[in-house]
Amino acid sequence: MLQGIAFYVLAAVTVIGGLLVVTARNPVHSVLWLILTFFSAAGLFVLLGAEFLAMLLVVVYVGAVAVLFLFVVMMLDVDFVRLREGFAKYLPLAVIVAGVLLAEMVMISLVVAQGGAAAASTGPATPNPDATNVEALGRVLYTDYVYIFQAAGIVLLIAMIGAIVLTLRHKPNVKRQDVGRQVGRDRNKAMEIKSVPTGTGVKPEDLV
Amino acid sequence: MDFWTTPLGWTLATAGAILLVTVGILISLAFLLLADRKIWAGVQMRKGPNVVGPFGLLQSFADFFKFVLKEIVVPAGADKVVFLLAPLITFVLAFIAWAVIPFAPGWVISDLNVGILYIFAISSLGVYGIIMGGWASNSKYPFLGSLRSAAQMVSYEVSIGLVIVNVILLAGTMNLTQIVTDQQGWIWNWFAFGGGLASWPTIVVMFPMAIIFFISALAETNRPPFDLPEAESELVAGYQVEYSSTPYLLFMIGEYANIVFMCTMISLLFFGGWNPGFPTDFLDSWPQFLANLFLFGVLFVKIIFWFAMIAMVKAFVPRYRYDQLMRLGWKIFLPTSLVAVVVVAAWRVFAVGA
Repeated sequence: MLQGIAFYVLAAVTVIGGLLVVTARNPVHSVLWLILTFFSAAGLFVLLGAEFLAMLLVVVYVGAVAVLFLFVVMMLDVDFVRLREGFAKYLPLAVIVAGVLLAEMVMISLVVAQGGAAAASTGPATPNPDATNVEALGRVLYTDYVYIFQAAGIVLLIAMIGAIVLTLRHKPNVKRQDVGRQVGRDRNKAMEIKSVPTGTGVKPEDLV
Repeated sequence: MDFWTTPLGWTLATAGAILLVTVGILISLAFLLLADRKIWAGVQMRKGPNVVGPFGLLQSFADFFKFVLKEIVVPAGADKVVFLLAPLITFVLAFIAWAVIPFAPGWVISDLNVGILYIFAISSLGVYGIIMGGWASNSKYPFLGSLRSAAQMVSYEVSIGLVIVNVILLAGTMNLTQIVTDQQGWIWNWFAFGGGLASWPTIVVMFPMAIIFFISALAETNRPPFDLPEAESELVAGYQVEYSSTPYLLFMIGEYANIVFMCTMISLLFFGGWNPGFPTDFLDSWPQFLANLFLFGVLFVKIIFWFAMIAMVKAFVPRYRYDQLMRLGWKIFLPTSLVAVVVVAAWRVFAVGA
């Protein structure tokens, strides 16, 4: 019974949150609703018994991706009037895209309801009931799918290098801190004692 | 006893446990806050709060009533809902992380087998309270402070995550109770000292990892010397500038709850949790409750020790400059902990065996 209540509450929050993401007028509020949606989706994963996926969803999407969204949206100077200008123009296109998505989802759910594609496949090997989520995932990820897993890692690495290449600029005339040099500086390197004869003063060339 | 296994009984028992932990933390926070100020004062040869109650013991409660009875000021042009939501989020997140913390064998609200991941997930959410508060204030200093804080917390989460991976590799589990149980027996079984005689050479990696965790915990909780989000010399009070009264109090309690939480984490992960560092066979003849109470006391002492360390760092160390903070996080801690993960993983595979 508790599970049922939890499911309906989380599902309702997910759907309403998702709806508010697109209807909220303030883009920052949109991102906040998106975070709520992610969070309740993670709750649904927990109910499914996929606690590892749930935690990853929160760590990766809520903890990292959405923070960057929020960062960008807060820093952008969004002009709401100009945003709405194109609304009528893009409406037909949006309706077509939404219609295609809806049709696909209805088709998928019909197939699933009739046990079509799912019934035909033998499905993945039944997981060992004793193994925890993490263990079960780890056993397949690092054995059967290790090449795909590594390939995904390489794709991420390339994306990271690409981002660094695009944004890294070496400007001239920028003073940078060299900690090694600072720490290695001692009294002999830092100062020099000049003996100045009394009454003559210090000339600029003495200081060089 | 049947009643406690029914849904209603289970709900009541869990709610009771949650209430106990929350109230326990809140009360200890009141005294830890005072201890923080006293230690800070002691280092500077001042007396610290010593007026309210004996030795100033009731100072935190006096402060509490003062905060609660003041007026809540919401700045004009602030996003009111988000403005008031932000401290609530900070406060709630600081407390729900405690759900998976085992205080003694069996004394845990929810013994998740992905306990560490849960903690990691919750602590990665902590940044929202700050960033929302800073944005919703609709003011320059809070916004700058919250942006700094977001960058800082995201950066140091990376090194904390990788440091924790080392412990997970040595323990072979993400369940916190299991991790602490793995460290029972003599002091060299603690993960800071390599986790047992069989893998003692990992002390070369694990002890520096414990130190990195401690420093990252300071940065993660915005404590000095990494308190740039609220650097008073440049940003007044950072994201808290516009907050007053209870919302400010919620921010502050959340911050301190996070600090104590980090102290607990370092005790559990690296310094044996409730294991006192010698075999506890003599507890077998004790009643269960008393034995657990003794072990909880051991954990409590460790938490207090780490809290005192954090409090003293505040008094000793000058504040970092922002670029130095980022350099420390990304150029030193991240590569070091990444290499450590490789070393510990290799040790696990080739020396200890799968």
